[in-house]
Amino acid sequence: MKYIDEYRDAKLARKLLDEIGRVTTRPWALMEVCGGQTHTLVKQGIDEALPAGVRMIHGPGCPVCVTPLEQIDKALAIAARPDVIFTSYGDMLRVPGSTTDLLSLKARGADVRIVYSPLDAVRIAAANPDRQVVFFAIGFETTAPANAMAVWQAARLGLDNFSVLVSHVLVPPAMEAILQSPTNQVQAFLAAGHVCAVMGWTEYEPIAERYHVPIVVTGFEPLDLLEGILMAVRQLESGRAVVENQYARAVKREGNRRAQETVFRVLEIGDRKWRGIGMIPASGYRLRPEFARFDAETRFDVGTIATAEHPACIAGAILQGTKTPLDCTAYGVLCTPAKPLGAPMVSSEGVCSAYHAAGRGLAAPRAVPLYELTRSES
Amino acid sequence: MSERRPLADLLGGFADDAASSPADATCPAPIPERARVLLGHGSGGQLSAALMREVVGPALAAAAPGGPLNDAAVVEVAGQRLAFTTDSFVVSPLEFPGGDIGELAVNGTVNDLAMMGAQPLALSLAYVIEEGLPIDDLKRVTESVARAALRAGVRIVTGDTKVVGRGAADGLFVNTAGIGLVAPGVTVGADRASVGDAVILSGPIGLHGVAIMSVREGLGFEVEIASDTQPLNGLVAAIVAACPDVRVLRDPTRGGLASALNEIAAASGVGIDLREEAIPIPGPVRAACEMLGLDPLHVANEGKLVAIVHAASTEAVLAAMRAVPEGAEAVEIGRVVADHPGMVAMRTIVGSQRIVDMLVGEQLPRIC
Amino acid sequence: MCLGIPGKVVEIRDDGPLRMARVDFGGVRKEACLAYVPEVRLGDYVIVHVGFAISHLDEEEALRTLEMIRAIDAEGMAQELGAMADEPAARGPAASGPGGPSRPE
Repeated sequence: MKYIDEYRDAKLARKLLDEIGRVTTRPWALMEVCGGQTHTLVKQGIDEALPAGVRMIHGPGCPVCVTPLEQIDKALAIAARPDVIFTSYGDMLRVPGSTTDLLSLKARGADVRIVYSPLDAVRIAAANPDRQVVFFAIGFETTAPANAMAVWQAARLGLDNFSVLVSHVLVPPAMEAILQSPTNQVQAFLAAGHVCAVMGWTEYEPIAERYHVPIVVTGFEPLDLLEGILMAVRQLESGRAVVENQYARAVKREGNRRAQETVFRVLEIGDRKWRGIGMIPASGYRLRPEFARFDAETRFDVGTIATAEHPACIAGAILQGTKTPLDCTAYGVLCTPAKPLGAPMVSSEGVCSAYHAAGRGLAAPRAVPLYELTRSES
Repeated sequence: MSERRPLADLLGGFADDAASSPADATCPAPIPERARVLLGHGSGGQLSAALMREVVGPALAAAAPGGPLNDAAVVEVAGQRLAFTTDSFVVSPLEFPGGDIGELAVNGTVNDLAMMGAQPLALSLAYVIEEGLPIDDLKRVTESVARAALRAGVRIVTGDTKVVGRGAADGLFVNTAGIGLVAPGVTVGADRASVGDAVILSGPIGLHGVAIMSVREGLGFEVEIASDTQPLNGLVAAIVAACPDVRVLRDPTRGGLASALNEIAAASGVGIDLREEAIPIPGPVRAACEMLGLDPLHVANEGKLVAIVHAASTEAVLAAMRAVPEGAEAVEIGRVVADHPGMVAMRTIVGSQRIVDMLVGEQLPRIC
Repeated sequence: MCLGIPGKVVEIRDDGPLRMARVDFGGVRKEACLAYVPEVRLGDYVIVHVGFAISHLDEEEALRTLEMIRAIDAEGMAQELGAMADEPAARGPAASGPGGPSRPE
């Protein structure tokens, strides 16, 4: 695939790894923010191939993982209603709420549908005027333009049976929260490439300066990540701390102005709770008052739900990068992709799921042969 | 300030089976009886295996000799080894690029027999038809069954037809069962892989799964990919002729290549090392998987097989496979090793090793 | 974050309220909304995320990135940087490090 395959070249990957090794003279800890980047790092074993001095701490870049438990529970309560067609991106279906999850509800007959684009949810609403269609609008800033456009279109079409359950989270406040934590070890960031394709990188410049941390806007392919790491390490080695752009083919400093305009026409910044981390002020989007009628939380009064996280789940520490799945007693034992306790094990961008899929820290071999073949009957 | 209500109160009729506390929902003990079957239990991955191991197997124990059921069984009858298999086909839509449910139903059972090293003799054909299915559709599918059977050299000798009310079947469900004779001297088995053996793949993977997904509602993409459904008994005959001691034959259907290899590794108590660059994946399959966030190694195939043979036989087997159309692109993709028994590993582009796991449950498109 | 992959615009439709396109991703074609990249023309590459093109891919930058990586020459860089270590103010603020990188063993 053009503009993907070239960035997976093994020889160039080795070249970058060697160069990183050559320029590293001291140990450094870097954080990649985005779950898609974590996925590539772990799947390709890049984090394990890095020279000993360079450590990757995985950031909370998985919007599925950080969607507050209350939102999941509200989604479940709404999806359980017979008059509702509940639409969502595929990733959210297996995320555990306080009990059950959307996929289980679907198995029991609730009308839960996966959509690829939020415009599909609008189409479903237009085609089913006698049903309420709710769309689970999650994501970072990358997904906001699409989610906002869906609301905009629904308003334009005068659809009174369409609403959204909003759970947007923002990257810069999360980075600051991490940097402000007394246990922080992160010395440089690989910023999320597609978040910046939408928002640009101007918001990161004051962060780089205030905390004196290099920030490199980075893509998602192996060569992108390796080059981003190299650029960050070079800055660290020379004491610089500025924002650089590795993902130049997709990101400009001002980002996508048109997308930003639509986002801010429909959404505004508000406080947001991050699952496992807690409340981070001004770290999310909510619907603007002019579009409040599309808010599923008020349209379906589900009130406040008593939420309950599983006691063994350390997702919070993992999302903050202070622990890894290997530190978790439940990982691979009680908590697996098939029976997840928390969101990072469910979402394929979650750290725990990435580790598990790569077989890290799992006792080998499998407990029992999955079945024994019947040989010639004897 | 409104009182906090537990989620279970808000789930109405869906609350009955919900666990009352997170601890219950995640107890590692066997699947509780109040639990429901999920779509994922049919995907061919870990959930399917769990269902067999924890529910079906134990319930059938007294009547199922030799342990949990498998794709095909071999029964001795008057000195001959008869392979016997059954499979149900529930694909939706009924017709897709490259085939239809009828063709799938014949090839699927023919291939299950072939994977036991058996040449198919006869098939049964059973229909469960949803009321309202257009007669023309039924006719087309049945003609397809006939064509596929002729192509595979097998006869349809008996059948059954049932009709159920609207909504009770996805248009049409098909079951085929088949019998075949295992060639003398052939003892293939998932537990026969041994260290040093070569792992051979008959051709490009991911075609069937992507073809199906491309016509499924909700995912809406176009791709010029057709299902690779085809009978493999001819290919198996060629392999057996070149190497009667072929150790393992497996067609990677549900759960994809990764699941099939994991099952073999587990059954044989060995590890398998794959070379990523050796595995043929057509461009559009890779692209579709990229878009949906799926792993091509987990996508279903319907006209491919994996053969595991003693290393010394590799060239002979490859030559024999490449001489027939179904094996034209056969290639060695890895080796059986003593390391990481029960697991499959693959070298990444940066030279690291990563474990290739089985599919967990239903493949959900990753969007975000 | 997230699954945004590059594809080539092979068809554009302006007939509805939103500008839509058919985008080809290495042989797979899918619909995407071009509302956020109005300057995009047939044959251009875009990055698509959940059905929306969020960025017009800069093909020159794409090539330049690869060129720069290819140009990394470990031995050459060592000499160049060794020479530059004698000139502390060569690049940007705070360019002086611990006296030049050494090969870590």
